[in-house]
Amino acid sequence: MVMPLITLRGMYKRFPGVLANDNIDLDIYPGEIHALLGENGSGKSTLMCLLSGLYTADGGTIRVDGEEKRFRSPRDAIACGIGMVHQHFKLVEPFTVAENIAMSGRDESFVLSTERMTADIAALGDKYGLEIKPVARVWQLSVGEKQRVEIVRMLYHGSRVLILDEPTAVLTPQEAAELFKTLRWMAADGCAVVFITHKLNEVYELADRVTVLRGGKVTGTLVRGQLDTKKLVWMMVGRDVVSKYERDAVPEGRPVLAVDKAVAFNDMGMYGLKDLSLTVREGEIVGIAGVAGNGQRELAEAVTGLRRVADGTICLYGEDVTNFRPAEMIARGVSYVPEDRLGVGLVPGLTVLENLLLKSYQQPEFAGRWLLDGKAIRARAEKLVREFKIKVSSLDQPVRMLSGGHLQRLLLAREIAEKPRLMVVVYPARGLDVGATEAVHRLLLDLKADKTAILLISEDLDEIMKLADRVGVLYGGRLVGEFPVEEADIERLGLLMAGSGGEGGNADAVQV
Amino acid sequence: MPFRFEKRLAPTPFMTVAVPVASVALALLFCAVFLALTGRHPLELYMAMAEGALGSAYGLTETTVKAIPLMLCGLGIALAFRMQLWNIGAEGQLYLGALAATWLPLTFPGLPAIVMLPAMVVLGMAAGALWALGPAYLRVKWRVNEIITTLMLNYVGILLVNYFVYGPWRDPKGFNFPLTAQFPPAALLPTFGDTRIHAGLVLALALVALFLVIFRNSRWGYEIKVIGASERAARYAGMDIKRNMFLVMALSGAICGLAGMAEVSGIAGRLQPGLSPGYGYTAIIVAWLARLNPVAIVLVAGLFGVLQVGGYIVQTHGVPASVAAMIQGAILFFVIGGEMFTGYRLVFTGRKGAAATDE
Repeated sequence: MVMPLITLRGMYKRFPGVLANDNIDLDIYPGEIHALLGENGSGKSTLMCLLSGLYTADGGTIRVDGEEKRFRSPRDAIACGIGMVHQHFKLVEPFTVAENIAMSGRDESFVLSTERMTADIAALGDKYGLEIKPVARVWQLSVGEKQRVEIVRMLYHGSRVLILDEPTAVLTPQEAAELFKTLRWMAADGCAVVFITHKLNEVYELADRVTVLRGGKVTGTLVRGQLDTKKLVWMMVGRDVVSKYERDAVPEGRPVLAVDKAVAFNDMGMYGLKDLSLTVREGEIVGIAGVAGNGQRELAEAVTGLRRVADGTICLYGEDVTNFRPAEMIARGVSYVPEDRLGVGLVPGLTVLENLLLKSYQQPEFAGRWLLDGKAIRARAEKLVREFKIKVSSLDQPVRMLSGGHLQRLLLAREIAEKPRLMVVVYPARGLDVGATEAVHRLLLDLKADKTAILLISEDLDEIMKLADRVGVLYGGRLVGEFPVEEADIERLGLLMAGSGGEGGNADAVQV
Repeated sequence: MPFRFEKRLAPTPFMTVAVPVASVALALLFCAVFLALTGRHPLELYMAMAEGALGSAYGLTETTVKAIPLMLCGLGIALAFRMQLWNIGAEGQLYLGALAATWLPLTFPGLPAIVMLPAMVVLGMAAGALWALGPAYLRVKWRVNEIITTLMLNYVGILLVNYFVYGPWRDPKGFNFPLTAQFPPAALLPTFGDTRIHAGLVLALALVALFLVIFRNSRWGYEIKVIGASERAARYAGMDIKRNMFLVMALSGAICGLAGMAEVSGIAGRLQPGLSPGYGYTAIIVAWLARLNPVAIVLVAGLFGVLQVGGYIVQTHGVPASVAAMIQGAILFFVIGGEMFTGYRLVFTGRKGAAATDE
């Protein structure tokens, strides 16, 4: 058997409050395309950042060609032939392509020879079919071109192991196809390619071998011949049984939220939502499954007034609220638990008390025209902390010191205290342990029992199956399937999420 | 010994006070070395500065007089900084306030004080606000960096005052000096007894009290705090960020404009070039050193008043007054360096420590 190019043993990395990598072993062979598959937060990117020298491991060994290495910075990793293309490109926009590539360069001489560099870069591009213009300025390039620059940069520095973090997330299908061609070429040339993904179809299309991660641990490695969708989905998504919570059958109420043919753009100006229609009723939990980046954020933000809807309408209890300001949506009883708990939902530097006040500082119970009523605010904060069992050492403690589970409780406590009519929750249990997850789920079910309409956006199929009354799958900004939870099973959802779903693949949303 | 910095989860209250104090001490020590190297006796010099600035009624008065514009500009700056709006334009806003306030007594010298002074205050504040609103508009509309625009408008503001003083407003009876005519008594801020300490001090202290209330327990102060801490969270909470940018910049500029009004009306009694020796810039250091806390701004402004007056005093010892500027610079330098220790903890990692992380 060929010797592995890279051997990782017992990789261990802890972030405050999260165990990102727990004793991970991984071998990477020359000439292979190796997929790292897993949900968000499963530790794929962390592992690769350890390998590329961006993070320092808390434990474990990295061997390159059998020789143990210690990477203090990406420069050390690059010197060993390991290069990583990050999801967010690390390019200097005003510089030319050639200047970007030469940066942190192998050229030790003080004076850079622009012509030689340009020629070298062009030659490299030709070799791997990567079309790039060395004299162009980076800000002029499209996303796909920028990615090519990153790849050529790694090749220019002599990378034998190329790591790509979700390389297709920002590409059009055509660009992705081009990229795959290049990657195969490089593997054939003896490089090792590692790509991080959570899309099954990419694994099928490209990978020679796939390692699946879940919760910071490896759940298995399969080679090409053994690929089996059901197995992969299970390895990725997890737990054995979909145990259901006991739920009161809530009689179907009036429609609360009605989204009709909504179109919205994402931050890059591309379509985030395409003609998406959706209804959520009183006391109903509608679970939206899907791989991140398929319009989840855009959907949540459009419904809460944080993102402009370019076309279509959004109605609350029959009132057209399309493109109302966030404050107006809040006033109409829309609560929102965003994906970004710390930074959007909560302000890390402010105290527990101040964070609990975020949505109610204008309400007459807590403030007059000008001044805040400190006593009432503190009394309510104490009550919420007690009721929701949020573990804090003091109300005046900055929230960034809380653990993930308690942060989420704090956020939910505040949003639930608003007595919402519509609650939008995004990835509510991401990064939480089993106990905290269950606590969060209970809170949502209690809210449902109070006849609140809940739009639950999640990647965790288990979670959706447990909580939702109806399930929809978001893919490419559309709902590619929508059915009662009884008719949903993980495999079917997984397929739809991967964009290879039976009847839903290109058909438009099945409307209820 | 190998060491690394570990991020503190929250700065301890002790450190937030101890670090700036230690930084000031270190800055003085640093400058002492420099002074000693140039053949002076640093301790003697420092004593002379303190004695000169604090040891006599005259010194105290002068120190207070210098501290007033620093307090006012520091407060204005602190307000903007709290929302992470970097208003570097206090100097220009001060000059504009002075300019606008001067217009009234020059045009209507006969107004009674009861009308004249409040109107001058309003004019000065309005002009300062306007001078800050331009950058605010550009920031809101096109995300133009307000540091650059406010900074550049400083030069415009200073030169505008020069234009009026050298040109249309020059006192015809002033022997061709670049000065406006002396204000009528009704346009002069009342002073304490026969000192030069003017009512600007009362205005500044009133503002300190107002700011304490705003920052501690007002709805608006809360909004400013949230927007400053996280714009995305503020948007999520339904706060109107643009409106607050205009409001905060306008008030920030208005207070700096008030400082200008107080200078012409309380000290000079006329408009003249070089009316501020860089109060608007020094006030940035004051606000920062005071950690944007209104009460601390009063104290730090006092300290900088001492430095400034002390700087003039030591000229008699054959030391250039710019020693004061050097100390100011060193203080800022050390305080910013010291920030590292409030946000981070220094951890020494001996061989043992390195091995421990390997487990």
